[in-house]
Order: sequence, then C-alpha cells, then structure tokens
Amino acid sequence: MTVKAITANRLSDGNVVYLRQDDTWSERIQESIVADSEDLATALLELAKRAVAERLVVDPYLFAVSVEDGRIRPLGRREEIRAAGPSVRTDLGYQAAAE
Amino acid sequence: MYRYDEFDQTLVDDRVEQFRGQVQRRLSGALTEEQFRPLRLMNGVYLQLHAYMLRVAIPYGVLSTRQLRKLAHIARRYDKGYGHFTTRQNIQYNWPKLYEVPDILAELAEVEMHAIQTSGNCIRNVTADQFAGVAADEIEDPRIYAEIIRQWSTLHPEFSFLPRKFKIALTAAPHDRAAIKTHDIGIGMVKNAEGETGFEIFVGGGLGRTPVVAKRVRGFLPKQHLLSYLEAILRVYNQLGQRNNIYKARIKILVNQVGIEAFTAMVEEEWQHLKDDALDLPADEIAYIKSYFAPPSYEKLEGEDASLAEKRLAEPAFARWLLTSLQPHKAPGYAIVTISLKPDGGIPGDATAEQMEAVADLADRYSFGEVRVAHEQNLVLTDVRQRDLHAVWQELRRHGLAAPNVGLLSDIIACPGLDYCSLANARSIPLAQQITRRFADLDRLHHIGKITLNISGCINACGHHHVGNIGILGVDKKGTEFYQVTLGGSADENTSLGEIVGPAFDEHHVVDAVETVVNTYLEIRKNGEDFITAYRRVGLAPFKETLYAAH
Repeated sequence: MTVKAITANRLSDGNVVYLRQDDTWSERIQESIVADSEDLATALLELAKRAVAERLVVDPYLFAVSVEDGRIRPLGRREEIRAAGPSVRTDLGYQAAAE
Repeated sequence: MYRYDEFDQTLVDDRVEQFRGQVQRRLSGALTEEQFRPLRLMNGVYLQLHAYMLRVAIPYGVLSTRQLRKLAHIARRYDKGYGHFTTRQNIQYNWPKLYEVPDILAELAEVEMHAIQTSGNCIRNVTADQFAGVAADEIEDPRIYAEIIRQWSTLHPEFSFLPRKFKIALTAAPHDRAAIKTHDIGIGMVKNAEGETGFEIFVGGGLGRTPVVAKRVRGFLPKQHLLSYLEAILRVYNQLGQRNNIYKARIKILVNQVGIEAFTAMVEEEWQHLKDDALDLPADEIAYIKSYFAPPSYEKLEGEDASLAEKRLAEPAFARWLLTSLQPHKAPGYAIVTISLKPDGGIPGDATAEQMEAVADLADRYSFGEVRVAHEQNLVLTDVRQRDLHAVWQELRRHGLAAPNVGLLSDIIACPGLDYCSLANARSIPLAQQITRRFADLDRLHHIGKITLNISGCINACGHHHVGNIGILGVDKKGTEFYQVTLGGSADENTSLGEIVGPAFDEHHVVDAVETVVNTYLEIRKNGEDFITAYRRVGLAPFKETLYAAH
C-alpha cells in the first residue's frame, strides 16, 4: 500500500498539524508517524478522531507520503502546499521558519 | 455613505458577543465541531488549507477611510500583514486564529463592519458598480437601493436557510461594471417611456459548475416595489429550489427547469400578495436613505484641467497611467481613479496593511475620504480633482500601487486557488504571476488593448473564468495541475460564456497558450477592434488552429 500520514488543523488557531508517534501533534511533517499498513492507518485515524473529541484538532485525514532516506515527502501538490505554506508566499507558513 | 443607526449597531454588537460565547463553548468542549461549523460559517469563518479564513463584508464595495485603516490594523495585529480583496468586493484574511476572531469582529463592529452573511445559504453581501454615485454614465446613484437591499436582507428570517447561497448585484449605468447577469438576481436601473426611473430585473445567472446568463423577469419595476418584488422571487425560490442536491440547488437550475415564462408567472402571482403592503418603499424612506449618499461639496471646476495636459506630455509614464486608470466623473474637473492591485508578478487582489493605509491617506487628502473595492479586485478613489492626479500618481508609485494596467491583459482576476483554498484543484496565483511577467512590456500591453483574463482554481469559479475574454480553469489530472482555456466570455451588458478551446494545457504550456491566443488576435484584428469584438467576429476556429495545429 501507499505509505500514509495523518494531518489535521489545530482547533484553536487553525494551523496545519501532523500526528506524531506519541499521539501528540506536530507542526513539522518530518515528525509524523507514517503508516505502512492499512491496519496501522486505520488505527491512527481512530487516534486522530479521539483528538477531535478532545478538542485538539479538526478535520483529520490520511494522506499519501513517500519516505526516502528517512525524509517524509507528501505526495501531490495540495499536501506539499499544506506542509510548506503558499507557493506564492515563501515568507509565510512553515517554509518561512525552515529557511 | 450610510452610517449605522442604533438598530444596526446593536445587531452587530450583539452578534459579536454571541459569537464570542460560541467560540468559548467550542474551545471548552460544550459544542462539537459539527455543532460549531454552521455557527462559525454564519460569522464568515472558514477552515482553509493552512488555517482559518475570515471573510469580512464590504457592503456594495464602499469603504470609509476609517474602515480601511481598521482593515489594515486587523491585517497587522491579527493576521500576517495583508488582506485579499475578492471578486465579491469583500476582504479575506488568510491566517486568523479562532480564539482571536471574536476580538477581530469586535474591532470591525467599532467601524460598522461585520462578517455576517459572508457564508452560508443566505442572501450574501450585495454588490454594485464600483463607480456608483460618481460615474458620468449612470442614471441614478444605485448605492441607495443597494443599502435598502442590505437592510432588507440582513438576518431576514425567511431567507436565512435558502436552498443555497444567493447573490444580488446592482448597477445604474448602461455599461454594466457589476456583472449583474452572472448573479442570482441582477438589477439594472433604467428609465421607462415616461422618463421615470425604475429597475430591470434579471434572475438565474451564475457561474460555478453550471454557468448560466441571467434572464429578464421584468423590464420595468417602479422603485417603490423593489423589496416586494425581490421578496416574491426569493419566496418562489425558497419553496421550489432543490434542497436535496447541492449541485442543483441554485435558482439558475430552478429557472432552467421550469422555464423563464413559468418562473416569471409564479413570481408575478406571488407578488400580487406582497405588493402595496408592508414592503412598499415610501418616497420619504428612499429620500432618507438617499440623504446618506449626498454628493460631497465638489468645487466648481471647468472641464479638463489645463495642468494635466502639460504633465501628460512631460512624463510618458504618467500619461500611460492616466490612459488606463481614469473613468469619466459626473462632476467637471474631477476623475475616478482605479488603483491596480495587479503589479507585475504580484498576487491579484492582495494589499499590505501599509498599502491600505496609503490608500486611506490619499482618499482623505484628495478624495473626500471614501474608497471602493471593485469586483476585479482593484481599489478606487472616487473623487479626485484632475489637478491632483499627478500628486496621487506619485504617491501611489511610492507604494507599488501605480501599475498602468487597469482593463488590460495583466489586470487579471484570480481566485486564491490551491495556494490557500481547500476546495481548489490547481493553483491560480502563480499563473497570474507568470502571465503578468510575460506581458510586462508596457508598449506591448497597451498595444494589445482592452481584454479580460480570469483564472479559477476549480469549477466553483470564484475567479469568474467563464466570463473572462480569456478564461482559465485549473483542473487536477492525477495529482498534476492542468489548465483548461476558454475564449469569448464577457461579464458586461453583453454577458457571454466562454467556449472551451480544446484539450487542457499543463502548467508549463498554459502561459504559452495565452500568448498564442493574444498573438492570433493581433493578427486578425481589424480597425483596432478589441479582443471580444474580434472574437465575436471570427469565433473559436482561428484560435483552435494556432493553439493545436502545431501539435
């Protein structure tokens, strides 16, 4: 299967966040837990739904990534832009801090 | 301009406190996301790709400088230093924090603004000709009726849960600058044979998945009947509009299904029960609203200012800016100035807090303190003395606001697209940037002449691509952005929908395709006809030929 990670928006400020191994949420996609099986992906989505109930995040979903040399890369333009920030404003979003 | 009365202010202040409570209850867990979502949408708060987005209503595009400075302050204090002016004359902030939105709304309420009805299945912010009240070609000031519609439609209890969103636009000039035929209801002010002013009413226009040009339901409606007639249309739609399918819920689908004759008959029948009753607009009420829009005290000036001709000759850059930025003003010696928010390589409709403040300062100094937002995502100074134009231009240049391209190819309408929007399939802004850079040469741009280019990042058509002379629609093909090109669209009094030219182009070829279209037009144009005139003469064929023949 395609390797997947989980993303959502933080309830309080709306920022894009990714589910970590320890069931907390990170603003960095590199800290994501990735699921390489359907079972794990389903289990992670359940965890994310609990985080919705706990008012941490909203609208969580799975998305496809690739992992090369330990680096997680979102697949598809939409998730690339979510992880980085607007492609037309590289001074904004997470990409700005990464520079 | 209109000022809130006690009733307006109380309504908006109450709404701020109500939403503050709702946000608190959401954050404390008393409300679930499912319960909260419709409440936040009723207050203009969307969840977008990177963050929440707040859409603030600018009724019929009219702003005082006090309001514009507040918008700048909000951009700086609560957002990332800029705002985005939209194709519905509103402003959007892209990075507000949910817990701060009640404070933003409280600040807006201080200057008689809000975000009510900027989302949801209700009557949205009414839009109008951005030159309303000052245009040389208008019959009457349409702001009076736009304001009357705003008051009638604000929190209208019967129309708060329509089958789908509902948009109304208004113009009082024969040349339609408000794109009224692309709206659910389009209203044009006209004179009848007796010389009385009234309204011509169109219904069922819209873009999106199913683009439709509005059809006329009434050729002449006397002024006093405006609200009863609108209420009759809305009532028919509210009862018969299809609620079980979001793609078939707009009034345009209903009008198409029953036919305009049957629809008109139903409206007229409903209207018989409503007219000459509580919704009748008495002349003194119209006069009362009109008093808010009394013209400023214009100086008595002769026709064109003499110093302008000298400066025009001396400074070609100024002359070029004058060519595109001015519209005839009804008062002699004055001009309407459109401020382009489309610099080369810029983001259409974006303005920084500093730019908003600069425009507010200019409006205070030179234009009676009023600013307009155009649906083309530009700003307007309504009342500039011609002798002040040079000073205004110099100041605009200092702030990167003097692009001499209004109405030209690089004056692109573009939605936020996939860079911000969670509905988008493809990016819009980078395309607009590439096109403005490709056509940065001003001689060439002015040689091409009057043309509109509109870009949408998805079928919802916020970038009005169907009605651009050149339209570009972003589509997603297996994770890659492609762009479909349409030609021949127009959003004025001769509204037409663009025709798809052929297979879509990928992101590396779409700008070339635009250039090919433009070059083809330059080859076929006769006697300086503009793009749309030439297109209507020759049709799609020559463009198809040059775009695809070589492939």
